[in-house]
Formats: sequence, structure tokens, C-alpha cells
Amino acid sequence: MSLLLDALRWFTDPAHYQGSDAIQTRLLEHVELSGLAVLIGAMVALPIGLALGHTGRFAFVALNVANIGRALPSLALLAFALPIAFGLGLGLGFWPTLFSLVPLAIPPMLTNAYVGVRNVDRDVIEAARGMGLSEPGILRRIELPLALPLVLAGMRTAAVNVVATATLGALVAGGGLGRYIVDGLGLQEYDRLFAGALLVAVLAIAVEVAFSTFERRAVSPGLEARAGAL
Amino acid sequence: MTAGEPLIRWDWIASHTDEFARRLGQHLELTLIAVGVGFAVAFALALLIVRIPRLEGPITWVTGTLYTIPSLALFALLIPYTGLTVLTAEIGLTSYTLLILIRNIVRGIRGVPAEVREAAVGMGYTPRQVLWRVELPLALAVIIAGVRLAAISTIGLVTVTALIGLGGFGQLIYEGLQRFFSTELIAGAVLSVALAITADGLLVLLQRALTPWTRIA
Repeated sequence: MSLLLDALRWFTDPAHYQGSDAIQTRLLEHVELSGLAVLIGAMVALPIGLALGHTGRFAFVALNVANIGRALPSLALLAFALPIAFGLGLGLGFWPTLFSLVPLAIPPMLTNAYVGVRNVDRDVIEAARGMGLSEPGILRRIELPLALPLVLAGMRTAAVNVVATATLGALVAGGGLGRYIVDGLGLQEYDRLFAGALLVAVLAIAVEVAFSTFERRAVSPGLEARAGAL
Repeated sequence: MTAGEPLIRWDWIASHTDEFARRLGQHLELTLIAVGVGFAVAFALALLIVRIPRLEGPITWVTGTLYTIPSLALFALLIPYTGLTVLTAEIGLTSYTLLILIRNIVRGIRGVPAEVREAAVGMGYTPRQVLWRVELPLALAVIIAGVRLAAISTIGLVTVTALIGLGGFGQLIYEGLQRFFSTELIAGAVLSVALAITADGLLVLLQRALTPWTRIA
């Protein structure tokens, strides 16, 4: 119990809201880095996943990317990213962490986009084609809206994984909320450690909840009614 | 990563095979305890869910929330209470296996066709016999698929426990990061990925051996 009080005291100390190690600065660093990684990952994964789903080609690749992604531990990704970033002369901190986060973000988005488009009822697509819709038109106006629940679920998984793993960036001298955990561990300052862990945990859960809420809002009400009826 | 130093120094790798073997032992031990204990807990909770479906929501919520908490943060939250010990690591690692394992065990049992269950009841099987002789064997393929996912993700997460001083292949990565030595860094990463792939392959073979009927279908 006293530890929670210590952590509370740590949060109320005005010194922790000033300078480069301020809570709001670290939080912003964490969110910026994670957001950028998910954005880059989505720009790579979604076009590939949607296109493969539309054509139905390379199913084996699209489905197994997610499994490979799971077998790559986040710390190993960081280990691979560091020599690469260093070889490119980008140094420590931000870049190696970003390099390790993007490959982590891609697999769930790619596989979910593929499965989402693939699962669209073939009759619906035939009907669309019969009504004269072009292939890009089918993808944009039929397949994408119907695949949206799975696409968004993939983005949620990616975002939660990325936010969690961005914590490890502190190991390669990066910023973000992981700083408090790594420094707290190194300095044996348990209040800092505990407070940092609380911040990271709350941020991850907040991202999960925010995406779930957005998913419910963004999905077409027609789809929702049908899912409920099943 | 110092200038003039090659990315991988093979002589270092050749002279450290003893350490790799020791790290493999630590990595396996941490993984087996987590997946074993996780399976026992998940099995009990899954049977509870099958019997009392009302519990599915709350149990999924709790295990889902645990799953969402980043590993380093969960370890950090436990350290003040349980210290830099195996217990800290195992509480975290075990909690992460629960969501996947419970989901697959429940899905496997629910996937058994109702006619099969009724036939067993009609042949005079008690509920316990229906579970152990009909439902679980038929659910085995889905259950092992869950164990594969749990094993792969646990092997990955064990690397993080090196940060709290528990060894494993993560120790090589962590030391490599601190000493700025790419050979050790890459060795740790490659070995942990190789272990995950090997474990997954072995579990596929186990599943094929235990459920020969899935091959014919």
C-alpha cells in the first residue's frame, strides 16, 4: 500500500512536470513514436493486404506473415534494428526504436486486411461487377466497407503491441515512458519504476479502449445488425 | 558497432557455445513453467466457462486486460513486491498465456458437434466420461493450436525477463545492447527466434501424432 502512496507522491511532485524528463514530455514522445510506427506500418500493410485479398493471390504469404510476426520477439527486433540504424548513421534512441516497431505493426494489419476482404461474400462482389463497378470501385465501395471491422481490429492489435514495445526503446537511450522503468530499475528507485509502469499500463489499456470504441462507431450499422442476428 | 569491427565475429560465437547452452536451459525452464502453469489455470477456468457461460465475460475481461499490459510494465509493477525473482517473471509470463489458452480450450470444446455429444450420452457416458473421452480428444487440435501460440509468445516474452536478471537468450541481447556488441546482440535474437520456430514445429508434430484423424480429413 505504501508503494501506491509513494507512486502517488511521485505523480504530485511538481519537479516531475518540468524539464526533459517531465511526464507530459515522455508521454508525448511515447505517443509520437508509436503513432508514427503504426502510420508507416499501415501505409505498407493495408495496400498489400487489401490488394492480396482482392485478387486472392499469395494467400499463404498473407496468412503466415502474422505467425512470423509473433515469432519475432520485440527485444529481438530491437536487437536487429540497432545495428541497421547505426550502420545508416542514425545513432541511438528514436530511429532504432522506430525500425523495430514498424515490422511489429505490419503483420496483424496485413493479415486482417487480407482476411477481411477475402471473407466478403462472393455473391455481393459478383452483383457489384454485374452492376458495372470497376475493380478499384469494388475494392473501395464494397470490399473495404465490409472488411472494415477486421481492418480496424488489426490496427488495434498493432497499436497496442507498438505502444507496449515502444517502452523498450529506453534500452537504446530512447525517450518515452520506458525511461522511468529502465531508470527506476537501474537506480533502484521503486517509486519511479512503479509510476512509470502504471503510466505505460494505463496508456496501453487506453489505446485498446479508444480503438474498440472507434471500431463500434465506424462500422456500418447494417453490418452490426447482421452480426447481431447471427 | 565500433568502426572496423565486423557485424558478426564468428570467433566469439565459436568460443561461447557453453554460454549459449546455459542460456538455452534458462530460457526453456522459464518458458515451460509459464506454459505449464498457464495451461493448468486456463484449463480449469475454461471448464468453468463451459459449465457456467455467464462467467465468460468477466474472465475474458480480466485476462484480456492482463494481456494488454506491456510485459516490462507488468514486471515493473511486481518487482517492489516479489523482487527480481523467478516468481516475478512467472506471474507475468503465466498471465499472458491465459487469454489465448482459455479462448482455444473453450472454442475446442464448444466446436464438438451436438450429435456426437448426444450419442455419447445415449451410450450411457457420464458427464465426466463425455468430457474426457469425447469432448477433449475432439478439441485437442484446437487446444494444441492455442498452446502453439502461447509457447511462441512466451518464448518471445522470456527475452524481456533478462532485464530483471533471469538470463535466457534475452541476456545476450541485453548485454549486447549495453556493451554495444552486435555479435552478441544478433546471436541472442537469432537464437530466441530459432527456439520459437523449433518449439512451434515440435508442437505441430505432437498435434499430428495425437490427432491422426485430422490428417485424413
